[in-house]
Amino acid sequence: MVKSDLLSLSNISKNYGPDRVLNRVNLSIQAGECVVLAGHNGAGKTTLLKLILGLIKPTEGSVSVLGQDPVNKKSVKAKRSLGYLPERVSFYESMTGLETLKFYSKLKSEPVSQCAALLETVGLDSSAYSRSVSTYSKGMKQRLGLAQALLGDPDLLLLDEPTSGLDPTLRRQFYDIIQQKCQAGKAVIVSSHSLVEIEAQADRVIILNKGSVVASGSVQELYQQSDLPLSIQLSIKSGHEQQVEDSISTLAISVQKQNSILTLECKPADKMEFIKQIADLGDIVKDIQIKPPRLDDVYLHYALSGLSTPSEQPSSDATSSDKTIAETHS
Amino acid sequence: MNAVFILMQKELRDGLRNRWIISSVLLLGGLAILLSLVGSTPTGTVNANMLDISVVSLTSLSVYLIPLIAFMLSFDALVGESESGTLLLLLTYPITRAQVIFGKFSAHLAILMLAIVIGYGGSACINILLADGNSSGGLNYLWMMLSSWMLGAIFLALGYLISTIVKQRSTAISVAIGAWLVFVVLFDLALLGVLIADQEQSISQSFFSKLMLLNPTDMYRIFNLTNISGSIESYSLAGSADTQLFSLLELCLTFICWLAMPLILAIRIFQRREL
Repeated sequence: MVKSDLLSLSNISKNYGPDRVLNRVNLSIQAGECVVLAGHNGAGKTTLLKLILGLIKPTEGSVSVLGQDPVNKKSVKAKRSLGYLPERVSFYESMTGLETLKFYSKLKSEPVSQCAALLETVGLDSSAYSRSVSTYSKGMKQRLGLAQALLGDPDLLLLDEPTSGLDPTLRRQFYDIIQQKCQAGKAVIVSSHSLVEIEAQADRVIILNKGSVVASGSVQELYQQSDLPLSIQLSIKSGHEQQVEDSISTLAISVQKQNSILTLECKPADKMEFIKQIADLGDIVKDIQIKPPRLDDVYLHYALSGLSTPSEQPSSDATSSDKTIAETHS
Repeated sequence: MNAVFILMQKELRDGLRNRWIISSVLLLGGLAILLSLVGSTPTGTVNANMLDISVVSLTSLSVYLIPLIAFMLSFDALVGESESGTLLLLLTYPITRAQVIFGKFSAHLAILMLAIVIGYGGSACINILLADGNSSGGLNYLWMMLSSWMLGAIFLALGYLISTIVKQRSTAISVAIGAWLVFVVLFDLALLGVLIADQEQSISQSFFSKLMLLNPTDMYRIFNLTNISGSIESYSLAGSADTQLFSLLELCLTFICWLAMPLILAIRIFQRREL
């Protein structure tokens, strides 16, 4: 059975005056997916989330949440199915944590009886329920923010830099909750700078640069598409360094020598050939360590390299099975 | 539960917590009682009852105070929330922008009503007690309370318009103070200047009176002085207008226009605004 899209963005562009902040973005998300939006500040992540929420209108293209246009004031179903945690969440300072959650719960026509349980789920200490939000720390506000985003068990969670400025324990709790939601069949879009943190949860990563999607796919696909060199460290028997260097120089992009340790870089496609050549050298090579590029390097590669990536090729089907759903046109 | 009602409840609770309700009641009530006690002296001389005297005194007071309180309540209703970031989150919920304005506006209207009913109403009760239970002029007093509320509603609507137009809270308060000065002080001064300079040569008195409809505070004065005209003398600018030029219906319609226009405009602008 073909799953229908929870969210569908079709050729979305957004201009602020003469500036184009989003450029022909296509995106579709199905239930149970966790999509990470990555990109440097000003890449268009928050604008994309605001378009999904119906807070702003696209200059071109269309947005559909559960088949409804979120900008339309009659699209109550779409708004009820969304949960949003802004990057800098703010609450009414005169209200307590529990009152705040009850207020938002009523607006979503959800029973207020679930509020205390939700606050417990996000790990807010019960002594803080009746305290004014103005006394809350950044972490407590984020917990409350996550609780309000979870109100009504929304089908699509939009989290804008949810762990920015939080301690590692709290970050872990946030990601655990995201994972639970995805496992329960909910879709989650997380905007984040740190791919490493959310790598385990991400089904798909979309990297934005200057408003355009420059890469899209699973973490593994991004590694492959980036074609970043592998780092290989060889421990050589003393006196044979030059021999090893000569035999592998055709495949190595760069070679660094330090005592009896050779550190080389090679293309991923040459990896197996490289290993064969090392094996042919026999016991001259005492040890070998292969390090793939770090995810942060992959992210930086796309975020800083402009639009010349494999994902630049337009996809004819935005919901194609290989999950390469974003296309860009410079 | 309706989103307008939910937001109204929240705003009323905020009004109670941040002392807006209590301070408005104390301000209006305290000044009304003071004016009633001090202003009761001339009742014997001009043969007018205490409540009518209070209407004149409170009309002069309300023209300054009610617009000020209304502006203070409303100037940051939207821009304040926008600046603090709470508006962004609120609008992601199933609530329309018109409902946001109506919810907040109705709460502010209720706060004003409470302040007027308790403040001015309490003062009226003291007046009646001091006059040994004589409540003549009570209807005029009730009209004054109702028109004060209407005046407040108009300035609340203007405050909402300011709050939707500007981008910063500090700008909103500057514009609100400027608007208060124009409506309460400068407009009348300008009209007086024109009147004195013209000496009724090119501007007729009827046209001059019509110009007063351009200012809700003058309409408010005309409305209240029309009600009690003949019973006492007045010396305000509105007193110089021929109050018979406007029927009650005309004044009410103009009041409604003054209320509806800024409110509709505020909703329109707010609906088009991108966050």
